Amino acid sequence: MERRETKYLNPYLAGFLLGLTLLAAMYFSGRGLGASGTPKRVIAAAAHVIMPETTENAKVFAGYFADGKGPLSDWLVFEVLGMIIGAFISGVLAGRLTWRVEHSPKITSQRRLWLALIGGALFGIGSQFGRGCTSGAALSGMASFATSGFIAVAFIFGTGYAVAWFFRKNWI
Amino acid sequence: MGPLVPQGIITGQWDFLIALILGIAFGYILERAGFSSTRKLVGVFYGYDFVVLQVFFTAAITAMTGVIFLNYFGLMDANMIYINPTYLWSVIVGGIIMGVGFLVGGYCPGTSFCGASIGKIDAIVFVGGLFLGIILFSLAFPWLEGLYKATPWGPSVMHEELGITRGMFAFIVIVLALAAFWITARLQKRFSDRNLKY
Repeated sequence: MERRETKYLNPYLAGFLLGLTLLAAMYFSGRGLGASGTPKRVIAAAAHVIMPETTENAKVFAGYFADGKGPLSDWLVFEVLGMIIGAFISGVLAGRLTWRVEHSPKITSQRRLWLALIGGALFGIGSQFGRGCTSGAALSGMASFATSGFIAVAFIFGTGYAVAWFFRKNWI
Repeated sequence: MGPLVPQGIITGQWDFLIALILGIAFGYILERAGFSSTRKLVGVFYGYDFVVLQVFFTAAITAMTGVIFLNYFGLMDANMIYINPTYLWSVIVGGIIMGVGFLVGGYCPGTSFCGASIGKIDAIVFVGGLFLGIILFSLAFPWLEGLYKATPWGPSVMHEELGITRGMFAFIVIVLALAAFWITARLQKRFSDRNLKY
């Protein structure tokens, strides 16, 4: 336990570095960081292979096919690709690279995986209404002083605290 | 003067390389801070680990302060930064659904990519769920569009809504963040006797 703890970066230093990364995104590209936009673009690209016309005309993918380059030719797609590489590098350096299901000892792996699937689906739906997730809507929104960012933070964390009690056995 | 790419100071061809490099930094920092572990992430809701709050709000106030200073010294035009538009009811509903999703699934999208990247099978399944949710939303979009577009406030920013300066608003957020850091540090001491292994 003790040894593991030292492998995590000090949270305030991590936050400072993350803030600088976010600031760099705004300075260079005039936008914040994100995450949930990329799965949507992958879905649009896949749907386009199967049914090109329907996908191009779908209102939910408005703007994705406007420039003729396809939905994967996008800033966020490359950023998420980088994220996966960056997390992998950190995992290698910290010795955290293992295949495993992490869960509370009170629940089974199978239960944990079902919860992960449902939680992921909820986040998928929620991030569409939120026009971004914890990264794109909440964090980048706050950094750019967007009202939507502060509302997203308040409701994500507020709801989290409101429902935490009901889900406690899955975690602690 | 920034932002560089939108103003054509450096060409758009560099934009994807910048995205890739900043993405690597983003993923590296999240994983290194422990965000690839769900039990570390949800600690913020049970009082035994406030790393989410500490990283999240430190990042937010660092970037906010940076925007103000770069803007003040004429190094970046803060008004050219993309503002995610506010659709009041849509973002409230989205926030609530995401809040529940966080406690059910333990990750958020960005952290699930990090967890998946280091071999957490639950993170890979969460990413699968993410795809499933977005597909469901896309299929149901004709029925959801009304809520999705309610109520448009445009590219609204907090300090203008409150009628104060950008600097004053940032100052308030920084004070609140520091108060939260102080309170959570005390709470964490109290709850750390739970001594969970994760």
